[in-house]
Amino acid sequence: MNWNIVLAATIKWVFMVLVFGLGVAGILTWVERKMSAVIQDRVGPNRASILGFRMLGLFHPLADAIKAFTKEDFVPDGANRVLFFLAPLIALVPGMLAFAVLPFGPGDNLVIANMDSGIIALLAITSFGIYGATLGGWSSNNAFAMLGSLRAAAQMISYEVSMGLNLVGMFMVFGTLSFSQIVYAQGHLLGGWLPEWGIVVQPLAFILFMAAALAENKRAPFDLPEGESEIIGYNVEYSSMRFATFFLSEFFEVVLIAAIVTVLFLGGWQIPWLDPKGIAGGWIRVLQVGAFVVKTLFVIWVMMLARWTLPRFRYDQVMKLGWKIILPLSLLNILVTAIVLAML
Amino acid sequence: MVKVKVIERPVPTVSTEIYLKEVLKGMGVSAKHFFQGITTQKNLVTTQYPEEKRPYPKRFRGHHRLMKREDGSARCVACYMCATACPSHCITIEAGEREEPYIQKYPRKFEIDYLKCVFCGFCVDACPQDAIRMDSDKHRIPAYTRQDEMAGNIDLLKLGGLSQARQGGKWS
Repeated sequence: MNWNIVLAATIKWVFMVLVFGLGVAGILTWVERKMSAVIQDRVGPNRASILGFRMLGLFHPLADAIKAFTKEDFVPDGANRVLFFLAPLIALVPGMLAFAVLPFGPGDNLVIANMDSGIIALLAITSFGIYGATLGGWSSNNAFAMLGSLRAAAQMISYEVSMGLNLVGMFMVFGTLSFSQIVYAQGHLLGGWLPEWGIVVQPLAFILFMAAALAENKRAPFDLPEGESEIIGYNVEYSSMRFATFFLSEFFEVVLIAAIVTVLFLGGWQIPWLDPKGIAGGWIRVLQVGAFVVKTLFVIWVMMLARWTLPRFRYDQVMKLGWKIILPLSLLNILVTAIVLAML
Repeated sequence: MVKVKVIERPVPTVSTEIYLKEVLKGMGVSAKHFFQGITTQKNLVTTQYPEEKRPYPKRFRGHHRLMKREDGSARCVACYMCATACPSHCITIEAGEREEPYIQKYPRKFEIDYLKCVFCGFCVDACPQDAIRMDSDKHRIPAYTRQDEMAGNIDLLKLGGLSQARQGGKWS
């Protein structure tokens, strides 16, 4: 075994997943509350302070973490203890694994595993995310949690299909399954001025993918599995850090989905209209990674905006939207893409 | 003829049924509020409670207070009207005798049990001497023991002020 590769991968993993992914996910717990407050003309969290410094309430995630760690870890009677303990981890880990195939910048150094079949690997890994919600609800021996997990399973399996099918158009246009290759291909300019981003060549797929990804992510307007006001959701019996882990995994998936959308549809680390030759050495890398991060944060912002704008769908509407609208439209998108590509 | 205001129901059109345009419109509204919120603090509806307090309305019924005469003694003549009017029987009065010819009684003990009081204000209405009022603009602060919830005449007088109303009937 080549230990250098392992060491390099570990360092990359620490920076990409722990620093970027979990860092942003942690801050998102604050962003979610603050942004909802600002949208609704409120002030939002601003009380937690260290030595009198309030920092717009940025210490609230810290306070939440301390609280989550010190609270009682409750296990309900009749729960399947093994699965009950495992479920939050199963929810969190696939998201962390999926980051391995996303390129943060050009070349092999800024991606953990530069796989040729990156998209397939990603779809395979993220599908595991269902198990966290499903097992969590099932193992806690609670009718509401069970309902939530059933909804989660049905919804995520439904939207998994459209999510995958929307990416088929992308393979066809760019002719590759590798994320790095797709990002390189998005650096071209169409007609000399329009960047050949996924959103430009596959606009319908972008919209459908965003919708399917939101649903996959169990966030509003597709937060049926959680549904705070009707069933409390698959995590109703969870407390302390296990509950926090479920929440963190949800936010982590937000970051992941935003990163996937950035890489596939928004040109990844590409900065359009920028001549890389004009900038010395390493700085171009910094700029490109910065572009990736900024685009990811922008997509997260849009997802948050959707979450605080749209009311929750009814369950039958979610299923109808998934199977009768998004799925046929995805197939239509593939058909049209194939016809256009054959004619070009 | 009754006038009926007919409200036009929005008719679903193709663009609303597709829903996408409406979603974007809604997100536009949210984004507008978002940028307004982070640039100006104008439209905030929040009151930062412990630091800033909303002013009480003028007729707010707060903590009771016993009014005073010019010499600082309570105006109360221990007539028991407030205790009789009180629907929750929270007022306990013990009358004492005064030397003065026209006002013969004074409250030796005037106690309000705030665990029972419902802040209805009937006692204020019943008082013929303008001796008890609820316009102190103060909340009753919760206490740790039952005994602390009984406010005696000394506590009530502390909040009290001078009343200008004439007292003592036609002989005074």
